[in-house]
Amino acid sequence: MTLLSVSDLSKTFQTASGPVHAVRDVSFAVDRGECLAVVGESGSGKTTLANMILGILRPSAGTIAFDGAALPARRGPIQRRAIQFVQQNPLSSLNPKRSIGASIRLGLDTYGIGARAARWARVEDTLEEVGLPREMRRRSPAALSGGQRQRVGIARALACEPELVVLDEPTSALDVLVQARVLRLLNDLRARKNLTYVFITHDLAVVRNVADRVAVFRSGELVEIGDTPKIFSAPEHPYTRSLIGAVPVVDDAELQLRNRLAEGT
Amino acid sequence: MIRALRIISSNPLSLTGLVLVLLILAAALFAPLIAPFPTHNGSVVDFAFANRPPSTRNWMGTDLVGRDIFSRILYAYRISLGLGVVVLIIAAPVGTVVGLMAGYLGGWIEAVLMRLVDVFLSIPPLVLAIAVLGVLEPTLANAMIAVTVMWWPWYARLVYSIARSEREEGYVLAAEVIGASTAHITIREILPNCLPAIITKMTLDMGFVIIIASSLSFLGLGVQPPTPDLGSMVAEGARYLPDSWWMTVFPGLAILLAVFGFNLFGDGLREILGVDE
Repeated sequence: MTLLSVSDLSKTFQTASGPVHAVRDVSFAVDRGECLAVVGESGSGKTTLANMILGILRPSAGTIAFDGAALPARRGPIQRRAIQFVQQNPLSSLNPKRSIGASIRLGLDTYGIGARAARWARVEDTLEEVGLPREMRRRSPAALSGGQRQRVGIARALACEPELVVLDEPTSALDVLVQARVLRLLNDLRARKNLTYVFITHDLAVVRNVADRVAVFRSGELVEIGDTPKIFSAPEHPYTRSLIGAVPVVDDAELQLRNRLAEGT
Repeated sequence: MIRALRIISSNPLSLTGLVLVLLILAAALFAPLIAPFPTHNGSVVDFAFANRPPSTRNWMGTDLVGRDIFSRILYAYRISLGLGVVVLIIAAPVGTVVGLMAGYLGGWIEAVLMRLVDVFLSIPPLVLAIAVLGVLEPTLANAMIAVTVMWWPWYARLVYSIARSEREEGYVLAAEVIGASTAHITIREILPNCLPAIITKMTLDMGFVIIIASSLSFLGLGVQPPTPDLGSMVAEGARYLPDSWWMTVFPGLAILLAVFGFNLFGDGLREILGVDE
């Protein structure tokens, strides 16, 4: 069942040196419970696409339909609540002067989720869901590590009880071990809550771990979309092939060593 | 708090500032208790002791009508600090609101508000204050109004520049995506990030407001006699230089110490609160 459908979506920015087509005639659909990875190099229009889905940018042309209804230019709280956002940079995504709990609670207050008196408890429940201690709600972001902050970012999105989560490179600012844990958390949450993800990334290793389908972008155009195994084994478009060709390959010996080490821990 | 004390005490200049500020605040607050001649803050004459140099009876000498200059300085601090506090308590919030709106909302609101700020900033402050006092009567209240009118644009510009850069931060975007109100984003999200800079500036400005207010009363545009004021005391004494030097030097030193103290303390505060620049 289709949750999000994007049709003929375009975004043109007017600049001093003429119009720039950040996104051009893009159409695709995402099913409920699915994770669609959007890949492409920087400048390929991934973030512009995400911003249009989130309602931060207005499309120049085309429509975005959510749950069967086209989203209006000015969204109401019900529509906003259904689509939440996890940002790339966990350092700037949390207000340094506000507690973790206050940041997570903002959505609850804005959408009027739950009784006022029960909201702090809800915030703490959400912290637990992302694997953080309940007491952390009183802490300041400065006291947290990058991985913990990214979990708080996920908790902030989750607290709003969204249907779709747009993840803009949620792991690219984290180191490898933390990255793996955050990806596992995201996979668990999606399965448990039947969430739908639009997962923007340039990291194909991440794609293989989380995505059901992959959409490949290049200079604002959707060059190829298909199931993850198919894209990796039999890419059709030459650009997709070159992207996959650029992934560093792990040979058998290295793989065995890694497995041995993993068993040891 | 403990961290703050450690930073302050590790820097002798900040510590000097803190001590001076505390001394001046105490002097102003407890003037009636400390002053050897508490009645000398008004129209009192004591010609027997007029125009006396510093002595054990009058530590800073007496003025033309025999009033104790030390006592008058203590009372003058009350006026100066009171004026500073009132001016900053009005100017800082007004400027902050203007700066937040211009910095966060942008567009034509930013253009209109910041051009208005530029207009105010382009007029030399003393000239603006003299103009305001030229239209109004020269009283303490009007001096406060005049100084406030010239002071708020500095806060608008400070807060504007911070708000503009905070607007680009991820947490503001997060609040916008959630759909939080403009009031929430400006007051609850952005303002807390401006407060350290605002508080630091207010401390530094206490000194500058005291200078400006003294300059105005030096020109006869501020507090009127017989109320003691540092600026008018300097102006009065200046006519009898160099013979009766104490009438000018001590009020002048009092201004200097206040400005010096608030500046050093403000610099220390800047370090504690982690404000850039």
